[in-house]
Amino acid sequence: MKRHFRELSVTATLLLVLLGMAVFAPAFFQPQPLLSLVTREAPTLIVACGMALVIICRQIDISVGSQFSVCGIGAGLLAARGWPLPLVIGAAVGLGAVLGAINGWLVAGLRLPSIVVTLATMVTLRQGLNLGQQGAFVNLPDKVQWFGLNQSAGQWVLVLCSLAVLATLGLALRHWPAGRQVYAVGSNAEAARLAGIRPQWVTFLVFVLLGALTGLAAIMNVVQSPQVQPLAGAGLELKVIAAVVVGGVAIAGGRGNLWGAFAGLLLLACVSPALTHLHIEAYWEKAIQGAIILLAVVADGVRQRRSGP
Amino acid sequence: MRALRGVDFDLAAGEVHALLGENGAGKSTLIKVVTGAHAPDAGEITVAGRTVHGLTPTLAQQLGIACIYQQPALFPDLTVAENIGLRLEHGGATRRIDWPARRARTADLLARVGATIDPEAEVNELSMPEQQLVEIACSVGAGARIVIMDEPTASLTQREQGRLFTVVRELRTAGVGVVYISHRLEEIFALADRVTVLRDGASVGTHPVAAMKEADLIKLMVGREVAQLYPPAEAPPGDVVLDLKAIGCTASGVRGVTLELRTGEIFGLAGLVGAGRTELARVLFGLTPADSGEIRLNGRRVVIPSPRQAIELGIAYVPEDRRRHGVILEMPIAQNMTMAVHRTIFPRGWLRDGAEEALALDFIRTLAVKCAGPDAPGGTLSGGNQQKVSLARWLATKPRVLILDEPTQGVDVGAKSEIHRIIRRLAKDGLAVLMISSDLPEVLGMSDRIGVMRGGALATVLPGGSDAHTVMAAALGQETNKGAA
Repeated sequence: MKRHFRELSVTATLLLVLLGMAVFAPAFFQPQPLLSLVTREAPTLIVACGMALVIICRQIDISVGSQFSVCGIGAGLLAARGWPLPLVIGAAVGLGAVLGAINGWLVAGLRLPSIVVTLATMVTLRQGLNLGQQGAFVNLPDKVQWFGLNQSAGQWVLVLCSLAVLATLGLALRHWPAGRQVYAVGSNAEAARLAGIRPQWVTFLVFVLLGALTGLAAIMNVVQSPQVQPLAGAGLELKVIAAVVVGGVAIAGGRGNLWGAFAGLLLLACVSPALTHLHIEAYWEKAIQGAIILLAVVADGVRQRRSGP
Repeated sequence: MRALRGVDFDLAAGEVHALLGENGAGKSTLIKVVTGAHAPDAGEITVAGRTVHGLTPTLAQQLGIACIYQQPALFPDLTVAENIGLRLEHGGATRRIDWPARRARTADLLARVGATIDPEAEVNELSMPEQQLVEIACSVGAGARIVIMDEPTASLTQREQGRLFTVVRELRTAGVGVVYISHRLEEIFALADRVTVLRDGASVGTHPVAAMKEADLIKLMVGREVAQLYPPAEAPPGDVVLDLKAIGCTASGVRGVTLELRTGEIFGLAGLVGAGRTELARVLFGLTPADSGEIRLNGRRVVIPSPRQAIELGIAYVPEDRRRHGVILEMPIAQNMTMAVHRTIFPRGWLRDGAEEALALDFIRTLAVKCAGPDAPGGTLSGGNQQKVSLARWLATKPRVLILDEPTQGVDVGAKSEIHRIIRRLAKDGLAVLMISSDLPEVLGMSDRIGVMRGGALATVLPGGSDAHTVMAAALGQETNKGAA
């Protein structure tokens, strides 16, 4: 109970917000707008799952926004050339994995600090994309949007797909030796090494996984509209890291789980529609999200100091 | 536990006073008290006729007390002049620095200690002895009247040692009192005027060096052992499990170690700090793989390139620093215990909480770990119980060879004898135990055979039940009692 305090408190806050909406703005719960909201957040959730793993491993990747844009544009260009959709999906995931592997190799292989490495790859990828694409949108063939299904079916596919990723990774993190190794490396890499775990290998693989998931998320974003924007991923890294941190994943590594990241993401995502429904100015959105993040971090700091050594 | 118990120590101006004692005798604590890092809870300190109360590091510095540690405490990315300036110049953070004066002063101080070092060189470009000279120059510049040197020659070559001795003698001529700590008896005879021997936190006498022989000093250091009960061996050792032939590792300084380890045997590894015992353990566990010699396990020749390989071969290593390398403090006890056995006890790659908990409960029972339950984080346990968790992790791998590095360091007396009984029981069950310990009574009491390491090599192997004097003499490199081996 005490160990999962953060996950539970974020979940409780989320439920409280939803309850408040049910009372003061029941219109929030109309099925179609709600489904659209959740669909928009589905790609973010997938990236957040990967980010949670990276942060539990005591690393960070701030290049996910750029990876997301690159994978999206790449997938769009292939689709525009008439590649079949399954191949396009595979290519996006593969491209993401390659980008993640570059980060992972620099961090784990050369032992460079991840914040600097991914800052560099973030800027490089974004500017490279700007140069190549000159800000132009990519128009997609008709059958790509919603996988060629009708909108509501496509939305359901995306939502279920993201939930499947969440469930799979959540269970893997808890029940696979690999998941346990991520925690061990994030808590104390040297102790993990002495226990026969290969910390550099684990670190490399979480970056690759995050890259692959970012590629998957990019394709899930691409299919939601008839065009791909090169700026689709701008600011994604902050959104994702915020969700993960609000969900109780310790930025110092070794602590947290995906349920928390999920709840944290939903909580932050609720802010905007809640404001709309309560007729509050939209300018408050970022301020409130910032306050939520600050509150979560302060709560962590206070708890840590109280129970610390 | 008291680290120091009523130590009397006096230092005259223009004297080199050696401080001698085995690991844990209280030398470091005494230095920390004198430099103001630790406050003594009884007694008094008098400097130049003035009794000092509430000594702090700053006050100690003002009184002219300087300490040169084995590892110089300089800023590696700053130049020599900047390092010396930081120590010696006073004033606000926004004052203007007089660079020419700073350089001139540095050059002058370096010349006074006979060093040919460029004041503009960055400290990370300097060798260890050069860094020590910078430290000494610092203390000269601070007008130190008391200079404490903690094993200054530990990482020096013969020639560098000679240069250091010259500087120490010059300090003495200049009327500085030098406290000289070293394990090397020949240095003490070459350099010191008087020697004080510490044992178990108490002084066992101060003597003029000229009146002492090496054997006298060793006798003083070791003293008579307090009788303590250790669980006895019940059966003779079995077959050879681990067979090392001239094992060496250039990177960590292990040289030509040859030894056989048998099932059911506790092989104690004694030696001074830095003699290469932990380094040997790290070689055997694949952390710094051997680059010469031959390792045989159950008669089969093996290479151990990584901890992973070592674990697969049935070698387990319980490291010395359990808080940093052993137990993961934020992880539950159960997860800590299963960390090295993910691949063997969960064959289908699925961790079942039930299986993990059962294994943890089993160890909590057999090792008598005092804890709130298998879910309690490792950090909530006492030192002795953390050590048991660390031990459990390795026993779970069902090893054939168990290497223990300082298994009872920082553990209270009750838990200590409990751990001793556990180790003996494991040996009885057929494990080959290699036990590194700086606790001499522990090595003597527990071991079936005792290896003594010195300078990265296995100096000698003594039978169990050897006396402390013989072991200490071997660790220090003295050839007394030749027949005992």
